[in-house]
Amino acid sequence: MTARRLALSAAMMMVALTGCGSGETTDQRPQGGAVTGAVTVFAAASLTESFTRIGEDFETANPGARVTFSFAGSSALAHQINQGAPADVFASASPANMTTVVDAGNGDGNPSVFVRNQLVIAVPDGNPGRVSGLADLTPPDVKVALCAEQVPCGAAAVKALDAAGTELIPVTLEQDVKAALSKVRLDEVDAALVYRSDVRAADEEVDGIEFPESAGAVNDYPIVVLKNAPNGSAARAFVEHVLSGPGQAVLAAAGFQAP
Amino acid sequence: MSRPDLVTVTPARSAPPPQSRRTGRIPVALLLPAALGLVFLVLPLAGLLIRTPWSTLPQRLTEPGVLTALRLSVQAATLATLLCLVLGVPLAWLLARIDFPGRRLVRALVTVPLVLPPVVGGVALLLVFGRRGILGGWLDSAFGFTLPFTTAGVVLAEAFVAMPFLVIAVEGALRGADVRYEEAAATLGAGRWTTFTHVTLPLVAPGIAAGAVLCWARALGEFGATITFAGNFPGRTQTMPLAVYLALETDLEAAIVLSLVLLTVSVAILASLRDRWLGSS
Repeated sequence: MTARRLALSAAMMMVALTGCGSGETTDQRPQGGAVTGAVTVFAAASLTESFTRIGEDFETANPGARVTFSFAGSSALAHQINQGAPADVFASASPANMTTVVDAGNGDGNPSVFVRNQLVIAVPDGNPGRVSGLADLTPPDVKVALCAEQVPCGAAAVKALDAAGTELIPVTLEQDVKAALSKVRLDEVDAALVYRSDVRAADEEVDGIEFPESAGAVNDYPIVVLKNAPNGSAARAFVEHVLSGPGQAVLAAAGFQAP
Repeated sequence: MSRPDLVTVTPARSAPPPQSRRTGRIPVALLLPAALGLVFLVLPLAGLLIRTPWSTLPQRLTEPGVLTALRLSVQAATLATLLCLVLGVPLAWLLARIDFPGRRLVRALVTVPLVLPPVVGGVALLLVFGRRGILGGWLDSAFGFTLPFTTAGVVLAEAFVAMPFLVIAVEGALRGADVRYEEAAATLGAGRWTTFTHVTLPLVAPGIAAGAVLCWARALGEFGATITFAGNFPGRTQTMPLAVYLALETDLEAAIVLSLVLLTVSVAILASLRDRWLGSS
């Protein structure tokens, strides 16, 4: 009982601290089908560029609506949602973190996979090390950054390396995919395994090398309307927009694959 | 000649001078915020203790990764503190004793790592000491040696973030110390170096110790600069704060256990050191 009360107060503090940018969200029911009010979307960090764009498109299509994003690691977002953060939509970079939220009873209906993301080898622009596949990353003088196994890109990297039977000793296991990529951008490592969408977002500084073994480690991105969504109807409209043709086009341009 | 008052700069000395025993009630205006301050600092610790999985604690503690990360943390923080002492005490002396043009600016620059977000500090270190950095590129081409992703890199990142704590504490101690002792030494024919080693250093030793403790504690908890500059690899660059952060991704209880271990060890080390100083002073 005390533990529950503590968890509740912890949740309230967390909400206060993270300041999810939706303090003024109220339950504004749409009138005559129009989508209005604020929609708060918790989305994986790898969706930053594409969802920002989709949010702008959504607001243009629904002048009464305003979309606020909180971009962070999927697991951090899942923690926040389960602690009571007032979000309307959750878009996760991995099914595992979505399961955390759904199992806690915080999903409204079943999540839908809206995109998939595949690992590529990120190398500095122009590929100075002439990397063409995973085998080129194994010599000891080649410095490779992977994501830590605890985060989705790291789990996918382990799967892909296992599938290839490649023994690869990285110099670092980064805390998220953007951190791994930044080590390539700063030229501190010769290569990193990151998502194709991340390489696309950093087009001028890094090149992406596709490798066949990544097919076995494709990451699904699920999205769901949250049960305690302050603005449920607008949340559903946003999810529909993400799944629609225009939404999918933005995501495809950002390097994601269709589900 | 009165004994210099070191109490203000030396938390290690706790014996209260007689005049501190004042009469009268403790003002509520002081007591209330003091109590609230204490609660505010201690409550998060209580939160950790309440969520600690006591039943599975022994298994979790004996996981090999825990000890590895703990050992690396203590070693790196200690080496970083030594580096800070070697460089920081002379810097503090310079700031406190030598009146040179631009001293205010130098003093402000010393505090830069305090205000810089540690992750930015890590990036800045990469730009200087990374393998394409200004100095790091030279290190790489001349000696084939690179700092990022090595334990030396962890020490460097921690020292960068923690050194201001030492410099500020030691400078405060030097300013509080009575310069007449140094002047007396000089009139007796001692050079600046002899005065520094034989008079100044013993005089401000408690201040240096207090600064070193702050510095060590800051280095031990360092996260942002370390993970950015030195990366994260178990046994080489994964310190406890990094292990905690990654455990938090998947396993809250593991993260809590790791945090408790770090807290316990650091408090134990600090308390035992403090006792030693109290005993000797």
